[in-house]
Order: sequence, then C-alpha cells, then structure tokens
Amino acid sequence: MSKAFAKVVTANALRSGRVVWLSESDGWTQDVLNAALFTDAEAAENALARAAANTAEVVGCYLADMRATESGPEPTHFREAFRRDGPSAAARIPTIGA
Amino acid sequence: MYVYTDFDCAFLTERNQQFRAQVARRLDGSLTEEEFRPLRLMNGLYLQLHAYMLRVAIPYGSLNPDQLRKLAEISERWDRGYGHFTTRQNIQFNWPELPDVPDMLDALGEVGLHAIQTSGNTIRNVTSDHFAAAAADEIADPRPYAELIRQWSTDHPEFQFLPRKFKIAITGSPSDRTVTRAHDIGLRMVRKDGTAGFEVIVGGGLGRTPMLGKVIRAFLPVADLLPYLEAIVATYNLLGRRDNKYKARIKITVHENGLEHVRDLVEARFAEIAPYFDSEATQAELARIAAHFEAPVLPEVTESDYHTARANDPAFRSWSDTNITAHKKKGYGIVTISLKAHGAVPGDATSAQMRVVAELAEFFGQGEIRVSHEQNLILPHVALANLPVVYSVLKRHGLATANAGLLSDIIACPGMDYCALATARSIPVAQELATHFERLKLEHDIGPLKIKISGCINACGHHHVGHIGILGLDRGGVETYQITLGGDGTEDAALGERTGPGFSYQEIVPAIERILRTYLALRHGREETFLHVFRRIGLSPFKAALYHSEAADAA
Repeated sequence: MSKAFAKVVTANALRSGRVVWLSESDGWTQDVLNAALFTDAEAAENALARAAANTAEVVGCYLADMRATESGPEPTHFREAFRRDGPSAAARIPTIGA
Repeated sequence: MYVYTDFDCAFLTERNQQFRAQVARRLDGSLTEEEFRPLRLMNGLYLQLHAYMLRVAIPYGSLNPDQLRKLAEISERWDRGYGHFTTRQNIQFNWPELPDVPDMLDALGEVGLHAIQTSGNTIRNVTSDHFAAAAADEIADPRPYAELIRQWSTDHPEFQFLPRKFKIAITGSPSDRTVTRAHDIGLRMVRKDGTAGFEVIVGGGLGRTPMLGKVIRAFLPVADLLPYLEAIVATYNLLGRRDNKYKARIKITVHENGLEHVRDLVEARFAEIAPYFDSEATQAELARIAAHFEAPVLPEVTESDYHTARANDPAFRSWSDTNITAHKKKGYGIVTISLKAHGAVPGDATSAQMRVVAELAEFFGQGEIRVSHEQNLILPHVALANLPVVYSVLKRHGLATANAGLLSDIIACPGMDYCALATARSIPVAQELATHFERLKLEHDIGPLKIKISGCINACGHHHVGHIGILGLDRGGVETYQITLGGDGTEDAALGERTGPGFSYQEIVPAIERILRTYLALRHGREETFLHVFRRIGLSPFKAALYHSEAADAA
C-alpha cells in the first residue's frame, strides 16, 4: 500500500533565516502545527508555486512529508523533525564545565 | 601578527560597502534569491538548516586578543553568545539575521578580519600549523608564507570561478599538524643543501572520494612559491571537470589525468608565467610580511613554580601532562585550551570564554592565540611558571579539561544540528562518547586517540583520518553511523578502513566501546597506542568485536 499523500510547504524566512511553514491562511507560521497540510498533489504543487513566487519573504521553498495528527502535521523524517525542533537539546547551549 | 596596510583596509571597507548595498537590494526586493545567493556566499553567508550562518576566516589560525574580543562582542550583539570553531580554523556564527550581517562584517573589519572566500569555488582560508613559531621541530614559521598566499589568492581575478572549492595547507614542521595530505595543495617546508623550500603535495582531499595528496614537486625554492601555486591552480582551472560536482575537485583531476600529465602541464605553465612574476618584489613583500611575525622575545624564566604545582596538585599535573606541549624555548610551554569539556559541543566557545582566553593571551601569552583544526584554542608561548595561574583561570571558565589528544578531544562537524547538507547528527554522538567514557573513567587509560565524526559524506569532520572515524548517514530515514579504523592525519597519513555495516544512533556508543575494550585487551602495555595496535593486528579483531558479539547477544 502506498503512503497517503500528506505534505506541507516549508522554507526559511528571508530576514531571520528561521524555519517557517505555509499556514492555512496562506501566511507563514513558525509553528508546524499551524501549517496547511495538503493531501492532494496538485493543490500542494500550486501552493508551492504561489509560495515560491513570494521571494520578498522566504527562501528555498519545498514540499516536506508529514503525517496528520490530531494536533497538526507531524514530520515523518528526522531531518524535518530537527528543522521543527532546532539543534538537539544538548547541542543548543554550550556547556560550561564545573 | 600581520597588520593591515591602508590598501588592505580600503579594500575591505569597499567590499563591505558593496555587500551592504547588496543586502539592502535583496531586502527591498530588487534582487531575487537566485541573484543574491552567489553574492552572499562570496561573503561567507550561508543559509543553513535553522538560520543563516556567517563563516569568518581566521587566517592560518592566528588571532590577537583584540580580534578574539571582537568575535566575542559579535556573538553577543548579533548572535546567541557563542561561536563555533571549525576544522578549517574558521569561526562560524550560527544565528545571524540577514539585516545585521553588514554590521557584523564592519565590526570584523575593525580588527582586520573578514568572511571573504570562506565559501564558493575559490581558494579558501589558508590553514597552517597551530603550533607555528613555538614548535621545537620547526624549520621556519609558515605564517608569513600563508599570509603571502592569502594576499595572492584573495580576489584573484583568475580564480573566482574554479571548478570547485580549493584548500591550501602549509606547515613549517616535519611533524604535520595541518593534515597537508588531505588538501588540494599541501606545502611542507623542507631543507635541501641548507636552503629552505617546499615539498608541494597536490590532489589530496576527503569527502566522498578520499585521497591522500601526491608529491608534485619534491623541492620548490621559496622564491618560486607564487608562480608555482598559480601554475597549479591555472592548470586545474582549465583541466578540472565542471560537468559533475562530485568529480570537480583537483584530486579527481589528478586521479583521472595521472600525476605525470598534471605535473607536465603545471611545469609548462610555470615556465610560461614565472618570468612575469617579479621575484624581487615578492621577496621584498615577503620580508615586509615576515617582519610582522617576528618571534616574541621570551625572557629567561625559572620553572620552579611549575614543578611545585605539579607536585602538589594532581589535577594540574594531569592537565599539564595532556594539554602542554614542549616549546622550542626552555622554560616555556604551548597550552592547548580544550573546547571539549565532557558533554560540551566540540569547538564551541561562549563570548565569556573568548574574553577569558583573550585576556590570558594578553597577560601570559605574548598576545597570541591560535585556533587548531582540531577545534581547540592554543596559547603558543606561555612561561611554565605561569601555568598554575593560567590553569586556575581556565578552570573557572570550563576551559581546563585535561583531554588534549585523548578520546574526548573529538572533532565533530556541526552535522544535522545545524548544517543543511548533513545526513545525520554528529554533535550529540561526540557528547555521548565523551560523557560515557568519562563515567567509565577509561579515557586516560586508553591514551592517545583521535575520534573524528562527520555528519555526511563531505567529511568536514575528517573522519577518514581519525584513528576511529564515524560517518553519519541517512539509511532509509534512520540515522546510521559507519565506522572506519586506522586513519591518520599526520606525516604518516593514512585513510581509515571501513569495518562493515553501520550502527544506529543508539548503537554507536556501545560499538565504539567494544572497539576500545578490544584494544585494551590486545595492547602490549600502555605504550602501545590504539593506532599502533591497529597497525599490528589489523581490522579483523575489531570487526569480530563489533559484529560477532552482537550475534552472540542475540543468540
């Protein structure tokens, strides 16, 4: 059985560089749970084309695989999970030894 | 330390003004990302996984205290209060915002630093021996030559669009601390009939096709350095492949065309262009540069305080055993400041730590700081008698870990915690290894060991030349780590051999432990290092420990 199609549009914000996702309202959100989840390939491609044309706000748009959960889209690949979560907890802040 | 001339300052100011205007045009929509991308890369600005990243060149790994303090200030004002020192003696800021970057570059310019040619298919930051001018075995300080090469290569009009990036390393010592054989060009200072010159190595590189460089010229007189380098890069510029990014480095050019053919072309080009180089002017420029690198006058000092502290303080003794290297002058030592506290991110330093190191360099270290390709900081000239106080200050700031050259002194690339190219994480693997073996209290027993971790096939973490190399890959959506053993980045350079199938994130630390328990069981005493044992017994016993015990566990 092939996996059900489920993708979001993601990019980096032009000014801050931070990871963003295309929201239901066609804006950009920093919370993947608010991202628009496309279950139709054509709708996803159209959304991507619209988003990519918006070069004043974002850089490097692409479609990323997700699965639908009750709280919102959830990454299916670890790379997208790291993009959502930021550096591993331990890597986020340099440790000062005793 | 080299000090910029008016010409250098004017050049940098103009470049920074150009980039400021380019950023403004990108932000107001006049430039598309496609148009802007090559411009930002020319100035060291990448877009990574979570944010922009600014890579600043630290020329041949030398810094003065003002420069290090400026890096601290930049990390605080425009980033998150820390910087990451890399295997190419650069520093990376991981969280800059695009509108701030022109101000960051201006701030760097105030202390003679920049991010030019830290990206793109150009000649990158020339790396060098972090013990330069202090090592006991050195023929000559390589840094004046490195600075000459920097001036020649910066904005060189012929070499802005090479087939691929181009890395040069230079050492003045027979002990190779710069991994010259893993560079596009490696320069090793040698003597012939009493005259100093260079052995020129070409075509080394790690990445997806690791190769050790080959000697293209056994002895190059110092006077011929620039025309000969220019002949190599010009030959590569024409001959190197542009059809396939993965076959574009000079190592492939040399491999596909043969060293002899490349040498013939280089020598022919050299003969053609050498007459146009004014060698007298080059020598004069070299002499001008060399005057900036005059060795500090180190007064005669007594060592008694040092020996007293060693006798009374076991922690200090342990630290000075591992982190101090013999200096060429009696009574002095070379201090390796570990940026590898157990559990810390290899190569990261906070702004507070940078300021402490700057201050120590000023008070006790002749105003010199080095960045090593092993992602540590170095104070190259410290009187042994001052080491107890240096140690106590470092200790207060989490910088006195006694692990230089040991298991937890791990090179790790940023991996998937930061890098857009990465296929797996490296930093947490390094952290887990360091804390795991710290808990077992095995690190000092295991002795000299170089573990190097890359989070993708591009091998920024130099895993091929690690005694134990770890390569993180994405195998079917799962982080998977391959192990290589027996690599060596020194003058006896060797590429590691792959052990076999990779291990998951959860399995990799126990796998490394099995390798090291095997080493401990099979070594002929403490003097026989891991690398020696590997060379004596080969891969098989380690493979058995890695894979057969798993089968036994499962049975």
